[in-house]
Amino acid sequence: MKLDYSNKVMDHFENPRNQGTIENADGIGEEGNPQCGDIMKIYIRVLDNRISDVKFQTFGCGAAIASSSMATELIKGKTLEEAWELSNKAVVSALEGLPPQKVHCSVLAEDAIHKAINDYRVKQGLIPWEEKAGKEPHHH
Amino acid sequence: MEDNKRIVYMDNAATTPLRPEVVDAMIPFMTENFGNPSSLYDIAKISREAVAKARSRVAAAIGAQDKEIYFTSGGTESDNWAIKGVCFANCDKGMHIITSSIEHHAVSYTCEWLEKQGFEVTYLPVDKYGMISPEDVKSSIRDDTILITVMFANNEIGTIEPIAEIGKIAREKGIIFHTDAVQAVGHVPIDVEEMNIDMLSLSGHKFNGPKGTGALYIGKRVKLDPLMHGGDQERKRRAGTENVPGIVGLALALELSVAELKESSERLTGLRNRLTEGLLKIPKSHLNGHPENRLPNNVNVTFEYIEGESILLMLNRKGIAASTGSACNSSSLEPSHVLTACGIPAEIVHGSLRLTIGEMTTDEDVDYVLKVVPEIVQKLRNMSPLTPDELRT
Ligand SMILES: Cc1ncc(COP(=O)(O)O)c(C=O)c1O
Ligand code: FES
Repeated sequence: MKLDYSNKVMDHFENPRNQGTIENADGIGEEGNPQCGDIMKIYIRVLDNRISDVKFQTFGCGAAIASSSMATELIKGKTLEEAWELSNKAVVSALEGLPPQKVHCSVLAEDAIHKAINDYRVKQGLIPWEEKAGKEPHHH
Repeated sequence: MEDNKRIVYMDNAATTPLRPEVVDAMIPFMTENFGNPSSLYDIAKISREAVAKARSRVAAAIGAQDKEIYFTSGGTESDNWAIKGVCFANCDKGMHIITSSIEHHAVSYTCEWLEKQGFEVTYLPVDKYGMISPEDVKSSIRDDTILITVMFANNEIGTIEPIAEIGKIAREKGIIFHTDAVQAVGHVPIDVEEMNIDMLSLSGHKFNGPKGTGALYIGKRVKLDPLMHGGDQERKRRAGTENVPGIVGLALALELSVAELKESSERLTGLRNRLTEGLLKIPKSHLNGHPENRLPNNVNVTFEYIEGESILLMLNRKGIAASTGSACNSSSLEPSHVLTACGIPAEIVHGSLRLTIGEMTTDEDVDYVLKVVPEIVQKLRNMSPLTPDELRT
């Protein structure tokens, strides 16, 4: 298959930001790609409701690695509400696009972040946010 | 791309570059000798004679007679024609086909399409090395079996199938035997008579000939329908004005490959073995395909905990061209059907890397690949959530 990735994707693939793990992370989210079987794991450190640090580990294609790197960069320093709002579309556009057959890899990043946030919430004794409807704290 | 990087092409199973002498031989047939071989005047005669000479060269390369060679547009057309042609011409005798589960899509998708037309297909399993058992072929034969089609050598794992044994079984039972020899022709010795092969597909661009050129060997006893209807070319069996430059190039490339076969396969086997041994020094790596009974140019290894497309991207940055069976690298997002048929779990298929060497490959290329691949594997393993701690750096 052709490897038509943008320069941005290649940059994040080759020089991934926030790669690694966080010891005693406040939240961990792991998501598997139902289509090709890949795995992404997100670790977050939360301070005053903000993501003070985030790391990822990814077993997957170039798009999956670049999406993890970009997504972690986009949520670092954000409040949990803001981080929850990060959509795979935002990751794709920050990466200057992904080939259509690779868009599903960016969904992995969104889902893994949601799982990490909810893992944190559950550990704090809070009710996990709803995945489907999405949490829209500023609108209701 | 990094500056001044070396280019190491290790994807010769995908395609090969043309030999310069092949290009030289083709050019006059695109310029001054452009005549249509079917016409009457002198320049047409030159084309006609060139096609006839090419046919003899191809026939000699596989132990066939000239009139048993038919030129096509490539491996895909040859496979389609062989299989559909036999099925349509012989469906009064039966509608059962035997094939393997590791065929190229040019064969397997043709068989799947024929199933929709009412034919029945048996897809034979393979062992962990991708070998088909002749016993399985024998026991799958039914009264209504009209065709056995099994590839000569596999394009992903390089395993060479027991073609002569299958040919013998088919001949004893009087069933037509076709082999897709696209990866084998010009790389391993082939004799269609000795091996009891009734039909054989070959493709020019896999042995340093031009793309879009191929041939189908059709033994005298085979009854088959045309795929292409139209003009009287190719003894009225394959219509369409001949691709004269392509045919000339294919035939010369094949003649040269066969003439150098012994020497080049010894050289390539040496490089292949060094490459394989070097790569298998990486912990948690495995060889795919048969350890000995494989094409001299094929290395296929798996590295656990990492994914093939990312390996290819990093290799590409280092100037190395290779291939993988990973699901992430296929448009269907399915892992390689060949590695899956060998019983390899999807997550292991994920980390597969195919390196296919060729005439251009040097000792230095092998050294370079053996330096670069372990670094890339380590980098990706450090990134993977699956890697055990002892393999992280
Ligand atoms: C085993 C096999 N069969 C058939 C083909 C198709 O040949 P072509 O590209 O000439 O159509 C290939 C090439 O990829 C092949 O490896
Ligand atoms: S992770 Fe498999 S296609 Fe991207």
